[in-house]
Amino acid sequence: MAGASHRRSSRRSSAEMWGLGYNAALVAIGAGLLGAGAGITGSFLVLRKRALVSDAIAHATLPGIALAFLVMVALGGEGRNLAGLLTGSALSAWFGLLCVGWLTHATRLSEDAAIGAVLSVFFGFGILLLTVIQSLNMGRQAGLETFLLGSTAGMLYSDALTIAIGGGLATLAALVLRRPMLTAAFDPGYAVATGLDIRRVDLAMMGLVMAITVIGIKIVGLVLIVAMVILPPVTARFWTDRADRVVLIAGVMGGLTGLVGALISALAPNLPTGPIIVLTGSLAFAISLLIAPRRGALAALLARHRYQRHVHLRQGLLALALNHPVHERYTLRLLIHAGLANPDGTATDEGRAAAARALLDESRWQVLRADPAQEIAASHYDGLRPIETVLTPDQIAQIDARLAPRPLP
Amino acid sequence: MIGAEFVALSLPPILIGCLAAIACAIPGNFLLLRKQALIGDAISHVVLPGIVVGFLVSGTVSTWPMMLGAGGAALVAVLLIEGIRRVGKLEPGAAMGVVFSTMFAGGVLLLEQSDTSSVHLDVQHALYGNLESLIWLDATGWASLLDAQALAGVPPELPRMAITCLIVTGVTALLWRPLKISTFDEGFARALGLPVRALGLALVIMAAMAAVAAFDAVGSIIVIAMFICPPAAARLMTDRLAHQVWLSVGFATLSAVMGYVLAGYGPLWLGFENSVSAAGMIATVSGLILALAAVLGPRRAPRVA
Repeated sequence: MAGASHRRSSRRSSAEMWGLGYNAALVAIGAGLLGAGAGITGSFLVLRKRALVSDAIAHATLPGIALAFLVMVALGGEGRNLAGLLTGSALSAWFGLLCVGWLTHATRLSEDAAIGAVLSVFFGFGILLLTVIQSLNMGRQAGLETFLLGSTAGMLYSDALTIAIGGGLATLAALVLRRPMLTAAFDPGYAVATGLDIRRVDLAMMGLVMAITVIGIKIVGLVLIVAMVILPPVTARFWTDRADRVVLIAGVMGGLTGLVGALISALAPNLPTGPIIVLTGSLAFAISLLIAPRRGALAALLARHRYQRHVHLRQGLLALALNHPVHERYTLRLLIHAGLANPDGTATDEGRAAAARALLDESRWQVLRADPAQEIAASHYDGLRPIETVLTPDQIAQIDARLAPRPLP
Repeated sequence: MIGAEFVALSLPPILIGCLAAIACAIPGNFLLLRKQALIGDAISHVVLPGIVVGFLVSGTVSTWPMMLGAGGAALVAVLLIEGIRRVGKLEPGAAMGVVFSTMFAGGVLLLEQSDTSSVHLDVQHALYGNLESLIWLDATGWASLLDAQALAGVPPELPRMAITCLIVTGVTALLWRPLKISTFDEGFARALGLPVRALGLALVIMAAMAAVAAFDAVGSIIVIAMFICPPAAARLMTDRLAHQVWLSVGFATLSAVMGYVLAGYGPLWLGFENSVSAAGMIATVSGLILALAAVLGPRRAPRVA
């Protein structure tokens, strides 16, 4: 804890060095904490394949915001009180979530239709209420439209503090709940077997998403908050296959995205905070999509290229071993480049040795594949894998004994 | 209420609202059955960057560049979603969320960065349109409907929406059987030699066309609501696709008419002076219809697995 608070204070002072106001720095910290919480929680949501539920939750906040405003004004209050508005948004988001669940379970509609229906109807109703507010308070702008796209301009100190504290609490809650949520998301059957109540875990997860949405709408806006929940986990997924690391990376990624995005938008005019945070996250996603090892597009392209080369080389060697001419020009080029063939298509000494090895390997595989008892070992055959990687030397010796007696080249 | 004022002020928006609702609801039926309902949501989000780019490239707020921009953005979004889904091996929902939120954020940023203060182009307009402003000033009464000179002055959105609606209806009728087969049983459709992928693409393009034409007149909210709510409500009423499509058209029309009337006249009946957002009310009414269908619809029960 001491380390965390130290980091936080050093962040603040460096932010002030760049000429940011205290509020902007607080907002940036809040956005960072919020992003971390959103990234962690979003990981479970994406693992559960329910990413877009968060979009329904976000859009369902709007009527609550408007109703809370109306209620607070009716009670003679200030109407724009952030805590009050957020409470209202949480209530209507919860109601929207209940509607999604009810439509999915009590009717034949699928979850995506329920999400779309709740999202559009709640949002439409919210817009309707905003126009009601406009017509009731003629001349006095309620400024509730800022919740659509978020706005940090002219944010009160107390608002910034609310967001920073809320973001911290959400991250903390996500960290505390990460084990059961991970189990439920990754292996529901195992979770039930160990006595975990999946419905309650799901409920907690949705509650967290809702909390993050509600805290985030002031900064990022309700149209875009879905990105803070989805982008970090799908980005993290490129870098690891382990679910617990996805959560960790998504948390870090989300935190950095929020922090960096908020700082960038504070440094120059006309850079709206929400979109900048989202685009920062999108950039990280795009980079990961391209360059991530193994799962990235570039890696996939390279792997395909390498595979192609292996197949061509192998087929070329087999052709050399059987003294067939190599017709495919790409194969020939590969063979010549590897020093296995001469430019006229005949094998070099090295090529003859390699070709013999390839032919022996292929013959061994054929014996193995012809034996029904060895079906499992034979299933590893892909025309490339050397048989030594599948069988022990003893087994290979057995196969060699069954190979038709013929002088090895 | 039914007089010259109605023809000039209320009839065009109601008609445009109905046409937009129907144009979205028809492809919505197929998207719903294919579990692609949220494609409509994604498309209507990316319309914003499309119109902004259309505006920046052409430098005017005229309709065609912006429509082209929106259509282009919809196409780019669909391709991106498909590409990211394959390369990243993501579930469709996550891929959609990534693409539409990124493009929408880009649109907002472009809008803030470019000098659009002089023109009527903002996020709010793209979200909830301005149905109420589509009035027909040349109309002097019901007789104007037969007066060529007055008819020339109808809001251009009306003929545009009518043509879009006609195209959507026509294409759906033309592709009815292949669409139906490939929606319910893709394997069977493939075995029959139907171009399943092309049909899916045609459906998405049709939806994008409806969304792009409609957003300009009525905003994104109605578009999303009409893609999903009327077909979903109809789905809870019947098992037959043809009945479902007709019912959804009926629900869409009902939502548009009731929504507009309630928004325009409801507050006046209650003694208030200002009307409220028609787009919001239409979406709300469509939601109420869906809620009723979910409680009372004869085919509402979930299929027993």
